[in-house]
Amino acid sequence: MVDTANADSPLPDTPNRRDFIHIVAVAGAVGGAAALAWPLIDQMNPSADTLALATVEYDFSKVALGQQVSINWRGKPVFIRHRTPAEIAAAVADDHASMPDPQTDEARVKPGKSEWLVLIGVCTHLGCVPGFGGGEYHGWLCPCHGSVYDTSGRIRHGPAPKNLAVPNYAFTGPTKVKIG
Amino acid sequence: MSGHPPSTYEPKTGIERWLDTRLPIVRLAADLMDFPTPKNLNYWWTFGGILAVCLVTQIVTGVILAMHYVPNADMAFNSVEHIMRDVNYGWLIRYIHANGASMFFLAVYIHMARGMYYGSYKAPREVLWLLGCVIYLLMMATAFMGYVLPWGQMSFAGAVVITNLFSAFDQVIPGLGTAITTWLWGGFAVGGATLNRFFSLHYLMPFMIAGVVVLHIWALHVPGNNNPIGVEVKSKEDTLPFHPYYTVKDGFAIVVFFILFAWFVFFAPEALGHVDNQVMANPLVTPAHIVPEWYFLPFYAILRSIPQKLFGVLAMFGAIAVLFVLPWIDTSKVRSMRYRPTARIFFLMFVAAAIGLGWCGGKEPDDMVITMGHTATGDPTGFSVVWFSRILALYYFGYFAILFFLGLREHPLPVPANISTPVLGGAAMPAGSAAQAEKKG
Repeated sequence: MVDTANADSPLPDTPNRRDFIHIVAVAGAVGGAAALAWPLIDQMNPSADTLALATVEYDFSKVALGQQVSINWRGKPVFIRHRTPAEIAAAVADDHASMPDPQTDEARVKPGKSEWLVLIGVCTHLGCVPGFGGGEYHGWLCPCHGSVYDTSGRIRHGPAPKNLAVPNYAFTGPTKVKIG
Repeated sequence: MSGHPPSTYEPKTGIERWLDTRLPIVRLAADLMDFPTPKNLNYWWTFGGILAVCLVTQIVTGVILAMHYVPNADMAFNSVEHIMRDVNYGWLIRYIHANGASMFFLAVYIHMARGMYYGSYKAPREVLWLLGCVIYLLMMATAFMGYVLPWGQMSFAGAVVITNLFSAFDQVIPGLGTAITTWLWGGFAVGGATLNRFFSLHYLMPFMIAGVVVLHIWALHVPGNNNPIGVEVKSKEDTLPFHPYYTVKDGFAIVVFFILFAWFVFFAPEALGHVDNQVMANPLVTPAHIVPEWYFLPFYAILRSIPQKLFGVLAMFGAIAVLFVLPWIDTSKVRSMRYRPTARIFFLMFVAAAIGLGWCGGKEPDDMVITMGHTATGDPTGFSVVWFSRILALYYFGYFAILFFLGLREHPLPVPANISTPVLGGAAMPAGSAAQAEKKG
């Protein structure tokens, strides 16, 4: 088409009206396609009602010492663990041990509430839910690829790169915690 | 299809002549049936036909299952039970579909191994091979998403692990991996939105596969088939018409293959499944021992063999990506490994390594291959599965490097001048007989 246009044109080297139409048409098509593509891509992101499920409240008065509950927050398990003094002591003792994602136990709990450990129960390797009590640190062991976490939920060895995440949470009452 | 010889189709009736000048579809079919095919193809060449039948089987049973299945996180699991218990012949159709996926992969692995052994990926068939790799990728995506649909515990854990592979990109650009996984899930974890979109894509992809299969066959018909001696067709004497010679040969192989298929469907329908998938998906608990379907085990073993997340994921994808560049890695001018005795040994070791990786993928990483003793706490020590899979993974990638250097240095056996020579020479074809066949010719 371009060749034909140039052949018909008396001045083949100067831009003419047909060149202008080609440029406008191509630019319009590319811009239009890009503008249309974004809604088609973005529709896969979380919808408004999914985003609205931001917080969940839990009454932990029934969680006895040494017990743990898993609650569902945004489709993910959140562990609320009532730690024994032995678990806390083991975690604090290892504060300066060599680990992939160093962090002190104190930084992972709320001040004065070190018996309550609140974690997102999702292995930072590929997202499986680790089980408590396994592995040589007697914390969590991931069944999928063998990542070992200690009693503070810190990664000690295995393929996971990060500690079990601590979500944003706050104690809203003597026996209540709000997550998110 | 430019590789075809001049059409020999002659419309016989008035209707055929009328149609032929408007849409020469009968001519197309007739030319495909008449396609000159090397006369020495062995049974390894029947897997293309077997795969075509597998694809049709999956599409037909899949469309039927979609009439009864409900892609909703609360109802999916029960709708599958409904298919199994209440829908007329639902159990049969679902077992064909579920085992059909395994049969499809069994056939495709043999088909790929045949291409690798006989050098079918080499010039001028690189595009044919690439299209095959694209089909294989689409098959893996389709099978993975299909496995999620019953919404059992293993479906859910599989969806979590595979989508989380992309979270490894957080180690490249912080936040990138999380953005990708959130986008894939349509939420903050695998959930109802994920199931719905997987259903949509699982329905779409087989038709994309069918489209690429058309291109694959087109790319096959331009240069024509490779053959066991890897020597190009030189004359009409080297070929036979596709029909009836190969329709019958393929047909026989399809029947034999479907006897195996039927054995699984009727006598061992759950043999390739996992009991954990009989439990409805629970996001709060992951089963104690999760494994993917058998056809993904070698890649799963490669992933687990590397203790670093990003490199594990890259190695796993690399194991598939390397297949795409195989035509440019192999430097040998000789196609068929029948005339490459050294390459043949490395190839057989490659097949063994792939099967060995599959075995490792089904074991726990800390299981022992050879137990040598026990620790103080009673755990066995010795040569562990994770180390075994490291060695095998190293060989898996090493094979491609070997192919590159071997092609520059090896001394292949003499290759026959044409297909008719070894065929008419009457020599038994396999291993070492080639040079003899050459002399007789």
